[in-house]
Amino acid sequence: MTRFSAAVAGRAVSLLLLLAIWEAAARLVHSRLFPGAGEILWALFDETIHGELLHHLSATLLRVAIAFAGAMVAGTAIGIAMGLVRALDTLFDSWIVLFLNLPALVIAVLLYVWLGLTDAAAITAVALSKFPTVVVTLREGTRALDRDLAGMAESFHLGAWRTLRHVILPQLSPYLLVAARSGLALIWKIVLVVELLGRPDGIGYEIQVFFQLFDITRLIAYALAFVAVVLAIEWCILLPLERRLLRWRG
Amino acid sequence: MARLNTPMTTGITLDITEKRYPAEAGHRAVTALKGLRAHIGPNEFCVLFGPSGCGKSTLLNIIAGIDRSFLGSVRFDGDPRIGYVFQAPRLLPWRTVRQNLELVLRCGRDPADLDDLLAEVGLADAAQFYPSRLSGGMARRAGLARAFAIEPDLLLLDEPFISLDAAASARLRALMLRLVATRPATVVFVTHDAAEAVMLADRILLLSPAPGRVLAEMPIPLPRGQRADPDTIGALAAELTHLTQQAVSN
Repeated sequence: MTRFSAAVAGRAVSLLLLLAIWEAAARLVHSRLFPGAGEILWALFDETIHGELLHHLSATLLRVAIAFAGAMVAGTAIGIAMGLVRALDTLFDSWIVLFLNLPALVIAVLLYVWLGLTDAAAITAVALSKFPTVVVTLREGTRALDRDLAGMAESFHLGAWRTLRHVILPQLSPYLLVAARSGLALIWKIVLVVELLGRPDGIGYEIQVFFQLFDITRLIAYALAFVAVVLAIEWCILLPLERRLLRWRG
Repeated sequence: MARLNTPMTTGITLDITEKRYPAEAGHRAVTALKGLRAHIGPNEFCVLFGPSGCGKSTLLNIIAGIDRSFLGSVRFDGDPRIGYVFQAPRLLPWRTVRQNLELVLRCGRDPADLDDLLAEVGLADAAQFYPSRLSGGMARRAGLARAFAIEPDLLLLDEPFISLDAAASARLRALMLRLVATRPATVVFVTHDAAEAVMLADRILLLSPAPGRVLAEMPIPLPRGQRADPDTIGALAAELTHLTQQAVSN
């Protein structure tokens, strides 16, 4: 067995063990408020086929995608600019520090007040709470760019495009990956709060509904569906991407 | 752009009034070059010889067009292609040896041509390696091959064989001379090693300690590649050292 499939098998066993402990605990407690693993998985299946889970899940994922893309693009551009130009860094540094320390909840409430209970407000709030960490990470990456390699690119007349693609981006890619992964982890958590506060759909909204109905089974089922998608993105997109980009380190 | 079979090599006229590095955090302003005038003829192998810190690398960067913040002028006969061999090889660590060479090739050149060049520098078997797997000597050969990959009219070398053992640097010098013999180019070679200078040069320009200018010049009348006799080299090196002492004390 290869090391990779051994690791996968190990993870599977560990997950099954967690499910078994959960199920045993639920049977022991025997309460409507502590549903067993089987019950939750059944609810998950039922909601996927007959319920509205896919509708709410896709609404949330769409918000995540737009907020993520917006924060990454704007944060990368501004982070690189601040890393290159000292005047911009001086100008914006304290703003960034302020934003870094502004709780996401405050941003969400303010934007809902100013822009109304709209998707634009929700997505902007999520993007804004991630944006400063992207800026800080990419600024760091830009400051660490190798001047010797820049000189090499210039003396061999590589031109802007080839310099960017072969010299600059490979140096920034570890920073982009860090920004993407830590950013996703942050966005997942914030988007639910923002939805709970002021959207009529999405996983966050549904969790609020199930909370009011005391329907813990469905509440956990929805949360699980969401976590499963997050992990799928992490394992199927980000990890392989990282492995590919950092192959040369060997 | 089509190339003739006989490459046109290039002459250079240097007239550097002044090159200053402005004061930066923790460092005082430094005048690296002052009143440096020289002419280097087409096909000439010119060695810039001088103590560490006399602005030799700065001068190469100015000739290469990487450093443009100086007073004075650099004029070429024609528009030369410049191949630069740096002190540290400056290979892209995330590209294989072959990809490092392909990157600098002009559009329209056949990447298959690189096979001959890689074989010539003894890297045919290492073409698919990432630079982290290369020994110091191999990395320098790759840097040398990259400079020749663009079929340069003008070759700039900045102490390219430093910090190798004597046997390895002798092999690399012989390799470089073979490559220059088959692909004629004007060469500007920087070193602070008197024996290396007299082994390679058609003419040696003696640079003063900073701020660097040309103190004296010493032509070497022996044909290139006929300087194997250690006694002759020793005598010439002694002459160069003597000339240096004389020039500095004046």
